[in-house]
Amino acid sequence: MAASGALDEFSLRVANILVGNDEGAAALELTFSGARLRFLAPTMVSLTGADLGPELNGTPVARWEAVPVDRDDVLSLGQVRAGIRGYLAVAGGIDVPRVLGSRSTYSRSKLGGFDGRPLQARDILRCVPPGGRLRGKKTPASSIPDLGHVHELRVVLGPQADAFTADGVRTFLSSTYSVTNLSDRTGYRLEGPAVEHVSGADMISDGIPLGAVQITGDGMPIVLLADRGTTGGYTKIATMISTDIPGLAQAIPGDTVTFNSVTVDEAHRALREREQVLDELKALPYTEYEGHRYRVRVDGSEHEAVSRLAEIDPEAPTTSPRPAGRTVRVTSGGATYSFDVEVEVEVE
Amino acid sequence: MYQRPTYLPAGDRALSIELGNAIAPEISARVRALYIAIEERAVPGVLELVPTYRAILVYYDPLLVTYAELVDHLEALEATQATAPPSAPRVVEIPTVYGGEYGPDLEHVSEHCGLPEDEVIRIHSGTDYLIYMMGFTPGFPYLGGMSDHIATPRLQTPRTIIPAGSVGIAEKQTGVYPTESPGGWQLIGRTPVRLFDPGREPPVMVEAGDYLRFVSVTENTFRQLEEQVRSGEYQAVVRAAEGQSE
Repeated sequence: MAASGALDEFSLRVANILVGNDEGAAALELTFSGARLRFLAPTMVSLTGADLGPELNGTPVARWEAVPVDRDDVLSLGQVRAGIRGYLAVAGGIDVPRVLGSRSTYSRSKLGGFDGRPLQARDILRCVPPGGRLRGKKTPASSIPDLGHVHELRVVLGPQADAFTADGVRTFLSSTYSVTNLSDRTGYRLEGPAVEHVSGADMISDGIPLGAVQITGDGMPIVLLADRGTTGGYTKIATMISTDIPGLAQAIPGDTVTFNSVTVDEAHRALREREQVLDELKALPYTEYEGHRYRVRVDGSEHEAVSRLAEIDPEAPTTSPRPAGRTVRVTSGGATYSFDVEVEVEVE
Repeated sequence: MYQRPTYLPAGDRALSIELGNAIAPEISARVRALYIAIEERAVPGVLELVPTYRAILVYYDPLLVTYAELVDHLEALEATQATAPPSAPRVVEIPTVYGGEYGPDLEHVSEHCGLPEDEVIRIHSGTDYLIYMMGFTPGFPYLGGMSDHIATPRLQTPRTIIPAGSVGIAEKQTGVYPTESPGGWQLIGRTPVRLFDPGREPPVMVEAGDYLRFVSVTENTFRQLEEQVRSGEYQAVVRAAEGQSE
């Protein structure tokens, strides 16, 4: 069973931390082109990963930080400007059932996520009600990854490095490869100088780790990612270090890739540094948000209403909540914080 | 089979333990024994195991255990379990209706092998097949031990859709498609049994080390069993493997 899950795990984890979720909460992965999403209740959202030129009600909105949205707000995401996969987290996390312990979508087997398929226009997603108050924070600029077109990827050689000639290994580590169109959540197929096997590409099928670099019969590398099969029968010259996988996950066809060999210990050091960045982000304080709730009469009947979300000033004395004039919005029914999100995906 | 297992890094979150470099029952038995030992001991930092023909891929959490520590743990474990026999293998029966619309390629296999269809069925359903490993799509068993007499090459052009439960032959391999998928195997029959059902606990019905035995059934029995599978009442016929001395 494929592990599946976010291809750019770093962006997913940051997006969730920004809105106060568990790091692994379900979020949307938006690949290449965007979507238009209407929110059915006030909540907090965050966008990380690729730059899809996000706009909230027509006004550009920041990425890598939590953004309050109100009922009927429309978040528009367009064509990618940098990177290829954007991540949208919503406070509480998207509420889809766990299948085999995971909320992620594995569309090849039509399993998990939202009916095991990509979203379509008019789908309505529910979110898990957040435990406490709505809250958000901002990623420090130094922790935001660059989205370039040149990717220097670190690998640990093996497990089948000995299936290649010395020249083959040298070619692999010294050449520049380009990302082809045949790249998706299963793997990235690369093109460049052929890597020479000792005696053929086939081996007795065995397990394929995340980031495994298979060399097929024509000598071309394929890097296997989240939706890969569990096993396969091509020799694996090397395996990418996990810290560098999010970078490759943002590569687009035509980008260039080089491979540098490191030891397992060096890879683990890089991983601990990456975890340190996330720990520092987690340690930053949250700003809390609140919409004042009150009751209004509309056409003779009572409704619960909520003002626009506003930052809570922890220094301010507690006063009785007041509606904020024109920004008052009326919700139908009492469940103001039901956090329904309506998704309208534009299908070309 | 290797004298000593080989430990190889597979990136920074997995390592591969190789126990040999062949498809053979004795290597498979050793893979299974070590797999069970690691599962049972709950080795610190180990997240998931993928046992295959002659290797085990061990996923671990490098924030909990270093590569060297993990190899030490696993080597110690491997030394202690070397003589412990693995639990008795089981044979799971796979009721199969052969030929007709369920096995559209039975005729071709029969012609290719120069055997009457009945004989192909008799040979195919006359052996317990060892599951060497699980992989490809969820619940797909890689089986060994099919007779050379009914070996048939794959289709020239793969089918785009093969129904779940299809029983096929590809060269000297035989297998069952657990879910609907594309494929190029010669389809000789179909079973109503679902080898993979995400709504069932456990979702995958069989595991590496088990044996499968195809049992020829009529179309009527197929229909009845299909109904039982659909309603969740189906109980797989499982027996202890006897005389599996390979």
